[in-house]
Amino acid sequence: MSARDEILTRVREAIAPAPAPAPDLSREYRTRTGDGVETFIARLHHYQAQAHRVPESELGPTVVATLRERQARRIVAPEGIPAAWLVGLEPLRDTPPLDSQVLDGADAVVTTCAVAIAQTGTIVLDGSTGMGRRALSLVPDYHLCVVRSDQIVGSLPEAIAKLDPLRPLTFISGPSATVDIEMVRVAGVHGPRRLEVVIAG
Amino acid sequence: MSAGETIWVDNPPFPANAKQAVNDAQLRRNIRNATSTIRQRRATMVEELPDWQQLRTAGAAIKDEVLAHLDRYLEQFEQAATQRGAHVHWARDADEANCIVSSLVAATGEREVIKVKSMATQEIGLVEALAKRGINAYETDLAELIVQLGHDRPSHIVVPAIHKNRREIREIFLREMGDAPADLSDDPHALAEAARRHLRRKFLQAKVAISGANFAIAETGSLLVAESEGNGRMCLTLPDTLISVVGIEKLLPTFRDLEVFLQLLPRSSTGERMNPYNSVWTGVTPGDGPQQVHIVLLDNGRTNVLRDQIGRQALRCIRCAACLNVCPVYERTGGHAYGATYPGPIGAVLTPQLVGVEHAATLPFASSLCGYCYEVCPVKIDIPTVLVKLRHDVVKAKQPSAEGALFAAAGAVMRGRRRWTRALRLAPLMRLFRHGGPPPISRWTAVRDLPEPPRQSFRDWWVSRSVTKRGDQQ
Repeated sequence: MSARDEILTRVREAIAPAPAPAPDLSREYRTRTGDGVETFIARLHHYQAQAHRVPESELGPTVVATLRERQARRIVAPEGIPAAWLVGLEPLRDTPPLDSQVLDGADAVVTTCAVAIAQTGTIVLDGSTGMGRRALSLVPDYHLCVVRSDQIVGSLPEAIAKLDPLRPLTFISGPSATVDIEMVRVAGVHGPRRLEVVIAG
Repeated sequence: MSAGETIWVDNPPFPANAKQAVNDAQLRRNIRNATSTIRQRRATMVEELPDWQQLRTAGAAIKDEVLAHLDRYLEQFEQAATQRGAHVHWARDADEANCIVSSLVAATGEREVIKVKSMATQEIGLVEALAKRGINAYETDLAELIVQLGHDRPSHIVVPAIHKNRREIREIFLREMGDAPADLSDDPHALAEAARRHLRRKFLQAKVAISGANFAIAETGSLLVAESEGNGRMCLTLPDTLISVVGIEKLLPTFRDLEVFLQLLPRSSTGERMNPYNSVWTGVTPGDGPQQVHIVLLDNGRTNVLRDQIGRQALRCIRCAACLNVCPVYERTGGHAYGATYPGPIGAVLTPQLVGVEHAATLPFASSLCGYCYEVCPVKIDIPTVLVKLRHDVVKAKQPSAEGALFAAAGAVMRGRRRWTRALRLAPLMRLFRHGGPPPISRWTAVRDLPEPPRQSFRDWWVSRSVTKRGDQQ
């Protein structure tokens, strides 16, 4: 018997004697929390991420000014990032795909996001336009993410409902961190050590 | 558990290990500091959610649904993942899983792989098995790196190096890392920075990565890895080949179920609203991440656990370690004393069921049955009840014991009123055995303080009291 068949047989033998009563899947937890932009910003600050909110019209200049302020010059820019966000900077476009070493040498990456969650201060990337493949938002040490205020939902259940599970998803809540040494939270290990979120609108 | 490296279950047995551990003042201090910090953090985060109990109920129900129809969900998962370009393999036990993974790595021609922290790969002793085939597997999680460099064993499910403090970690890095700066301080920031530099080149050059998974979605064939450092994302994204070893109980029916578990897991494990990174991938995504994706579905005793109607709830476990962090026994002995991959209360119920109670007979007794573990479990595993059930199994499996004979005798005495009254008059003799006595009595008294028996029994006192009272009234 193949391993597959044997395991499935063992499973069936194990569960056959007592057909389990249908578990109560009534989902009585909250699916909305009403958290908004203020909570989102507070959560990001709690994670030691920077967050600013600007009117839609000032988005481009704010992104440029923020990157310059952090002395970031070589900027990884996934397909769909407008040129207006990179004026006077050196964009690194991913066509053809950038080598990992080049990504490692970049100063920053700028992306958009698929959805953001206020309650947990989370941004979710799904690899579509403006976000690019997963390595782009991972290898550079500084990640600037642009979130439009209408992309922010209150709770995790609201975000899950908006996401496509078949896309590669990355849930990001603050900069890379560890608590492995004496449970002390240290921001910055392998992923971007600096996360900055610009909220437009 | 058949892999050579993993047969250390209950050998030496828990009481012997525990005795040694409680005498290690440094170890106890390290674990007490870390667990009290994380307990506090978890409590704050859980209190914040008014619907925590409803989330726990839903989490338990979803897992029970999976277990009740595990065959169906496994087939559904296999089909969905295969359709999206993943290769699904099945492993009856540790040896088979190690063989599959070793062959997959060998087929790429690589001699080095990078690894995401995973309890399943720990359980099967994968790193050691790969080493025997000449393949070096590098742990990339900071705590796992500390354990690997220190030639040590993990002692906690979420924070494997919880038993080491910053000074000890600094020493390990200086001694073993090879490229640690000579002036390395014991500041956690400096230690994390050293780990970053040490692993950076490995991440950028690795061709093969090995991971586990926190959740597997039957509906879509997706896997999820939860982590904090970004080492997981590196492993899941940069190499050409990704091999994930996944216990068959890791399934969730639908993608929507993550809305429950991504609330339960981070708050229970690290006491955060959300851990920094969760990666979800489904088979192969052209142009993004590994183009060769393998999933090894692992039984290794899980179907034994499933067979037991009381014990099977242990398969709901999402490896958050909240039960370790609150356990008064774990806090004093640390994780190594349990002598198995899964320490703490969940280990005490899971290990004996995975390997058979006869191979881990002392573990169900490694608990005071205080019930705190049940209270904090995000999927409501009634650990005390399972422990009591397993104790029963252990006793049943053993030869008649002196303890059994003693209780049979006690039963006979207690059945007759006069016999009992007479026996009670002998109780003051117990003073002789309070601090020792000959074997087998000493086996009992060595670990227990008996209260000093009163000079007069309650019954005698009652009788004398009623006599006096009657006298008063007259």
